[in-house]
Formats: sequence, C-alpha cells, structure tokens
Amino acid sequence: MPSIRFNRRSLLGLAGVGAVGAVLGGCGDDGKSSGSNKTIRWWHIANTDPMLSAWAAMANKFTETHPGVKFEITPLENESFKTKLTTNVQAGDPPDIFHTWGGGVLFQQAEAGMVKDLTTDVTGWRDTLIPTALNAYTNDGKTYASPVDTGMVGFWYNKELFARAGVNTPPATWAEYLEAVRRLKAAGITPIALAGKEKWPGHYYWAYLAMRVGGLDALRQAAVDKNFATPDFIAAGGHLAELVALQPFQTGFLAAGYSTADGQAATVGNGKAAMELMGQWAPVVQRDNSAGKKGLGDKLGFFAFPAVDGGKGQGTDVFGGGGGFAVGKDAPPEAIEFLKFIAQPENARIEAKTAGVLPVVKAADDAVTDPNLQQVGKALAASTGFQLYLDQAYAPAIGQQVNDSVAELLAGKASPERVAQAITTAAKQG
Amino acid sequence: MLTDERRPAPAAVPPPAEPAPRRRRPWPTVALFLSPALFLFALLVLTPIVVAGYASFFNWNGFGAPSAFVGLDNFQRLLTDEIFVGDLRRTLLLIVLSLGIQVPVSLALAMLLNQPLRGRRVYRMLFFAPYVLSEVVTAVLFTMIFSPNQGLANHFTQLIGLGDLGATWLADTDTVMYSLFFVISWKYFGFHTILYLAGRQSIPPELHDAAAMDGAGAWQAFRHITLPLLGPTIRISVFLSVLGTIQLFDMVWVLTGGGPVRSSETLAVTMFQEGFKRFHVGYASAISMVIFLISVTFGLLYQRFVLRRDLEGAVTTMGDQR
Repeated sequence: MPSIRFNRRSLLGLAGVGAVGAVLGGCGDDGKSSGSNKTIRWWHIANTDPMLSAWAAMANKFTETHPGVKFEITPLENESFKTKLTTNVQAGDPPDIFHTWGGGVLFQQAEAGMVKDLTTDVTGWRDTLIPTALNAYTNDGKTYASPVDTGMVGFWYNKELFARAGVNTPPATWAEYLEAVRRLKAAGITPIALAGKEKWPGHYYWAYLAMRVGGLDALRQAAVDKNFATPDFIAAGGHLAELVALQPFQTGFLAAGYSTADGQAATVGNGKAAMELMGQWAPVVQRDNSAGKKGLGDKLGFFAFPAVDGGKGQGTDVFGGGGGFAVGKDAPPEAIEFLKFIAQPENARIEAKTAGVLPVVKAADDAVTDPNLQQVGKALAASTGFQLYLDQAYAPAIGQQVNDSVAELLAGKASPERVAQAITTAAKQG
Repeated sequence: MLTDERRPAPAAVPPPAEPAPRRRRPWPTVALFLSPALFLFALLVLTPIVVAGYASFFNWNGFGAPSAFVGLDNFQRLLTDEIFVGDLRRTLLLIVLSLGIQVPVSLALAMLLNQPLRGRRVYRMLFFAPYVLSEVVTAVLFTMIFSPNQGLANHFTQLIGLGDLGATWLADTDTVMYSLFFVISWKYFGFHTILYLAGRQSIPPELHDAAAMDGAGAWQAFRHITLPLLGPTIRISVFLSVLGTIQLFDMVWVLTGGGPVRSSETLAVTMFQEGFKRFHVGYASAISMVIFLISVTFGLLYQRFVLRRDLEGAVTTMGDQR
C-alpha cells in the first residue's frame, strides 16, 4: 500500500487513522478550483497498457480543443486506488475526476458533499446510453457519476476441461452445477479457482445465490430493514456450503490472490482449473497473467450463474457492475465537459476496443468483437433485473462484512446462520 | 571512582547568586534551533495523538467533523470484539515466539560469528542482508516462496524427500501464524545478531583470557562473563523486538492481508480494516489509542524497571544539575 507507511520502530507514529484525515482536512481546501487554474486531477484504475495510453491520448485530444486545460493523471492499481481515494476524500480533497463503481460507497461520498451532483449535466448525453447505465450511480433521483462501461459476473469456463469430465452442456440449475463439479473432481480436474485472500471474488457466490433464492427484492429489503438473518439468506448460505463441502477450489485458495502469478486468473488462464466466477474483465486478466500471456483463447466459454430450483429469483437477473467517473466537489467545469467528451460514440468505441469492455454508449456497441464479450452483452441486454456488487452497493461497513463473513463460510469456519447474523449485526451498527 | 571523590565538595561550586556571564545558557539560540524540530514533532506526532484520542470518543465515518459523541463506547466494544481480543492473543504469541526462539538463535549466531571463522565477514553480511529489505519486499518474496503450487518451500521439501511436510503454509489457519513468525524472524534475526556481535566485541578480551587462565570452560565463560556483560544489549534487543511486534503491520498486510479468515490479523491490521475499509474511523482511532497506550506503558515500565541500570550515567546533564 503505497499511500500509508507504518514504520516498525516509530513508537508514536501509529497514533491514528482519524488524525491523518483530520489534520489534512485542515489544509485541504487550498483553492484548487480558482477560475484561472484549469488543472484537472484525474485518478483512474487503468494502470497498465493499452488502456493507460488510450486514456492519456484522449486527455490530450481534449486539451487541443480546450486551451488552458491541463491534466494531471494518476493511474492506480485497484486496491491502492481505494485506499488512496479514501484518504483524500476523508481529508476533504477529492480528485477532480475519479473512478467509481457507484452504489453505497459513492452515495456516502455524495452525502458528505465530496462529489458534484451531475443530474442536470448528464441529461445532455443520457439518451445515448443504454437504459440501465445510470442505475448504479443514481440515488433518490440524483446522479453522481457518468458511466463508461458495464458488465456482469458469470462463470468463465474451460470448454476442453469440461468436455474431458463429460460435462457437455453448461449447467442451468444449482443441482446440475454441483453435479458438474463432482464430475470434474472425479476426472482429476480442479473445478474452481478462487482468490480467497482478496475476499471480493468469494462474495460473488453468496450474492448470486441470495439473488436466485430470494430475488432482487430480498437484497434491497434486507438493506432497508438492516436484517439479513432471514430464511432466504440462510438458504443461500446453505447452498454455498453444499459447494464448499465438495472441496472444489484449488489447493491453498485461501491465500491466493486474484491477478498474481499463481492467483485465480492465472490458474484458469493456465488451464489448471476448470472455471472461475468473475466479471467481464476476466478474459483479459487471464490472458495477462497466464504463462506466455496467451490465456485460453478459443477454449474459453461463458455461462450465466445457474438458477436455484424453487427460488424466487429469475435466472436472467444479473449481478455485476461497470465503471464510471465521479467529479470532485472543487473540480473546474471542464471536468464535466471532459466526461461528456469521453461519452461521445467515437471515444466510447476506442475504450471498448482497447480495454475489451462493454460500452454504455449504445452507438459504440459495434466495437465489441470478442464472441464471449458479445455473449455477456446479450445476457445483459436480456436481463430481467440488475444487482450491483454488494461490497459497492451497500455502505462500506456492510459490504466488507459480507466479504469477511462469506470468506469464513468458504473456509468452512462459519455456518450459514452465523454469516447472516454477522452481516445483520454490521448493518445495525452502521 | 574519581567523580565520587568530587561529589562531597559542593562548596567548590561558585554560588549561583553571581552567575558568570559566560556560563549563561544561550536561550535564544537554543529556541531558534529547537523550534523547527519541535514544530514538526508537535504537528506530526503530538497532534495526531491528540486528534486520534479525540476521535476515539465518537462514532465517526471520517467525513466532516465528528459529531456523534459516544463516550467510552468504542473502547467497551473492543472488549467484546472477537477480532480485537484475538489480535491481543496473536501479538502475545508472536512476542513469546520472538523472545523464546528469535533472541536465543540470534545470540548463538552472534557467538558463532565472533569465532575466528574463515569468511566470517561474508557470513555477517549475508545474515544482515534480509534486514536491509523493506517489509513489503520481504512479504512479496515469501508469498511466492510459500505458494502451495509453485512455491520454493514445497519444492524444497520434495527435493529432500520430505514431500509430506509440504503444506499450504499461508492458506491454513493453523499454520499461518508460524509461517508469519518464520518470515519475521528471517527478516530481523540478522539485525539482532549484529547487535549482539557489537555487544560481544565491546567485552574486553582480558576478562576471557583471565577466565581461561583460571581454568573456566567455554560454557562457564559464556555463562558468567559473556552473558552478564551482554545484559544491556539483550535488554535493548528484547525492547525493540516487543515494540516492533506490537506495531506489526506492513508484513502481515502484504503477506496475508490478515487472513485466512482473519486468523493472522494484528492490532494495526484490524485498525486499518476498520478505518480504511469500513470507514469506522472513530472505532479505528480507539484501536490506535490502545496500541499507543500499550506501547507507551510497556516502554515506560521497561525503561523504569529493566533498562534503569543501563541508562544510569547516560543522562545528559545541564551543568551540575541532573
């Protein structure tokens, strides 16, 4: 974590998390927004090429038509970004443009007055977007960010390994899914790769099962009632426990990272495990982390999370999210102008092509050429409901508890009841 | 000693009523040179302590000014927080392991490196090398070494025919603390060895010569000469080791993130989780205050009761006044 350094021997240095924020808060408002100064501080998480250069090129193109505007771009790795942003936002000094996944985290920032309300600005280009694009960034009718890409979580699987285990059609129900896992194990194949150290990939399973068992309304209602200890959530945990009992994950998954040399993505990308539950970026990350940077190529397939028999949720309800950009409270008006600029179809097309993501701009749809991604796009277009990642949708304290408690369940250290209870307790504490 | 002879003669000191001008402290100069350091110390050390102490009485998410005063609730919650109580237990385990294994091993190694050994400079440098690495680099290195599938650790156990000893070192709640301790020891034993080596070399050789002449064996010489005279060094080494363990963060954060299932979390990791992941800044501040109080209490008590003898005579005096 580059932003916070703890010195092992400084007795007094550890004095406080809050202190850092409070002290910096005192000197945070140094008039960065004064009219003449048109420097836009932009933080994004595309810290590797090709997208790193593509964003920089887009900023350059913008400055050509907007003389006097200068960009100060800070590309950050995912987890470092979250930490650094937290520190700056709590200190009252958010960047002018920054990446956001929307949901509870963004709304907490909005409530604290740290981001601009973009509702009226976005009306200028909202009609060019797909209908659900703004949902994750809108609360009580107010929009706090402009979306750039979208997607969903589903199973990315190795067709060859599935065929070798005799699983010829992707499972459509949870019972079929468990059967597929059993067959893979029987064939001596590791069924699932999971990054247990990072916790967020594990919460996808529990969230999807809760959606399938209780339906989207159950997830929404639980957040309102601050009560997750309902039969639906306990049943969802029970289904996950059925999977855990089969020991489907790679050896040592509890200490495995996601995008590391022998992490979740690399394990699937190298053909060492048959599948992973992951978002739309999975093929790119598999490729970049696999030996020889090749990935699975044609052998990679995608299927949606199976339905649960007797569940209230639709098999076509999707879970996931995309990325967007929020605008910090002191940003110059050109920052919003720039968001409009990158939402232009020709620019959205560049992003979709370069990063291999699904654009939110309707007209840029033709830039998606990867067949798997097209399949994700189709599933999204046909979706009957949408749920954002729980660790972004809910307030941070609840989201983190979901991640922590599900990690316990996956490690076989907690019962479904205990998981539901712990999340309820965290929700009540706020 | 000579100083004792002079002490009972205070009359020799000129009476303070007539201070000689040349003996007056140059206070303006002292103030001028001290103020930058004092200012930084106040801003970066004292202020955060006071602010964290203040924040620990609030239910505060870090945005805006804290307003929901909750008194000692945060501290009360700590007592029933399984994770926090576990942190204390794990810290204690690491301290016991450090003092029980790391300190004796470093000491033994220092004694070995003090022998006329061929290439001992090379050994000294090699053993000290891990200390030069940052904790983050060390942790990244060992995540690779302990990797269950391609890691060096399991590869090595297989090579020497002990394949059964291979394990998921960092991925098992039962082994993770010991793996963590191994990494900490690997990084810090060289530092302690150098401390002991320096201490050992400051012992006058005459003492060992005399003991040898009186017929003392190697063990007797170690037990009755080396060890007592290494006392101050050992006490400092223990002091640093304990304080370092209480504040352990970087290594755990990168190596395990506190996992699996929070089974390797330390006080500082829990503080970070609460403050930066859950935005419970008030609660995290309470944890930081507890870390602070434990460190300060330990530091003061240790200096008062253990280091007292070593520090005597090492006090900077202002003229004749102590």
